[in-house]
Amino acid sequence: MKKNTFLRVGLVLTALVVGFIALGLVWTPYAPNAMDFSRLLPPSLAHPMGTDKFGRDILSRVMVGAGDTLLIALGTVVIGTVVGTLVGALTGWYGGWVDELLMRLNDALASFPSILILLVLVSLLGGGQEHMMLALGIVFIPSYARIVRSEFARARTQNYVRMAELMGASTARILFVHILPNIWHTLLSAITIGFNNAVLAEAAMSYLSIGVSPDEASLGYMLSESQSILGSAPWYALGTGLIIVLLILGVSLIGEGLQRGEN
Amino acid sequence: MDDLVLEVKNLTSWYRVTDDRGRRHDKTVLRDVSFTLRRGEILGLVGESGTGKTTLVKNVLGLVKTNMGEIIHYTKRPQMIFQDPYSSLNPAYTVGWILEEPLRIYGKYDAAERRRRVEEIAEKVGLPAECLARKPNGLSGGQRQRVSIGVALIQKPRLIIADEPVSALDVTIQRQILELMRSVRDELGISFLFISHDLNVVYQLCDRVMVMKDGRIVEENTVPELFEHPREPYTRELLSAAD
Repeated sequence: MKKNTFLRVGLVLTALVVGFIALGLVWTPYAPNAMDFSRLLPPSLAHPMGTDKFGRDILSRVMVGAGDTLLIALGTVVIGTVVGTLVGALTGWYGGWVDELLMRLNDALASFPSILILLVLVSLLGGGQEHMMLALGIVFIPSYARIVRSEFARARTQNYVRMAELMGASTARILFVHILPNIWHTLLSAITIGFNNAVLAEAAMSYLSIGVSPDEASLGYMLSESQSILGSAPWYALGTGLIIVLLILGVSLIGEGLQRGEN
Repeated sequence: MDDLVLEVKNLTSWYRVTDDRGRRHDKTVLRDVSFTLRRGEILGLVGESGTGKTTLVKNVLGLVKTNMGEIIHYTKRPQMIFQDPYSSLNPAYTVGWILEEPLRIYGKYDAAERRRRVEEIAEKVGLPAECLARKPNGLSGGQRQRVSIGVALIQKPRLIIADEPVSALDVTIQRQILELMRSVRDELGISFLFISHDLNVVYQLCDRVMVMKDGRIVEENTVPELFEHPREPYTRELLSAAD
């Protein structure tokens, strides 16, 4: 194995954050919505990240909130990648009118500011985690489709694809067994970047309070709450922001490591 | 004529091209090409690049369909060996996987039987067993071309079309690959359509040879005859250039 510091640090960092989130699923120091009179306490041994203006333990809320954020980001990436790959594979492979039709739809989707589409979708579908995933996923489809399309269009002319055709392989087999593994590394770096964008987009949505509901402690929502009391309780923004930064940094490093390992 | 594997009659083929003014018109690449290929025969096709050799191959394999004339296959599923052994093998998989893939698609053998056939073919094409676990980029050019031949052979074809299969290889390796193809023909009676711009290679391998110029076959004869008594000035030109 080649020494790949990026990949290693990224994996360790991501594992730590995921472990932190996983712990939040089964145990938090306090109930995340439990309020008491210890409001806006600075970090201490009892509350390592302090408390918010309702006296809720920020660490507990971050543990749970990061889980929501992670879930939404993963769901977004899965929807975007799966649909984007299908669209990209079909357009890149067939070209012609299939390509024209799907890519113009794609362009239409990509030409609106994503926040506008998100607002429309969320107001159509309603809030909540699964709708956030769906809305973000749809917004993410065009970028994946575009990347995958160009890779498939390139692969179409390769002789190993001719060989597969001469073996009598079905089109589906050529697309997903013969070509897909060859574009995997491109797709993988797009996935890591997309994951980070999804985390940020979810945070941005919640920050604008159009995402998950207030009792669902999402990181973006917590950040928006922390903004108004940044002067009196800076630890609120720090604790919440730290997890977002660590999560994104970890995944970015994995992406970077994978790309370097490929060369 | 039950020993024919391929018959091409009056084949004319063209490409649709778009000129710089955006107008479309047809560019004729093959003109009235006719030939036959018999069982166990190695038929050479020579000519400079751009004369339509590869277009002829694509027509024969059904990859180009803008044509007139007849292409009659007397065998199922002809196989192909490409010039560039670096792009014709899927870089994402091991050699063992690549050799096994036609059998997986065929779908009639269990895993053990497929494995056995892969090992058998690897031995036949002179591929060391340890190569099976490697990916194509861990192989030399000659080994890759052996894999290509293996992929073709494992499908038990009766016709293999080889488009400049040795021109990317150095001379020693060329000779080994040519010997391999000859032994395949001798043992299995497979016919080859062998495309090359290199007359020395054609002389070493082929039984019969066609000379192509500007999309036409200008001369066709057995190898000894053509090399001893070329009729066409163009053939003489090619021969003198090859010395």
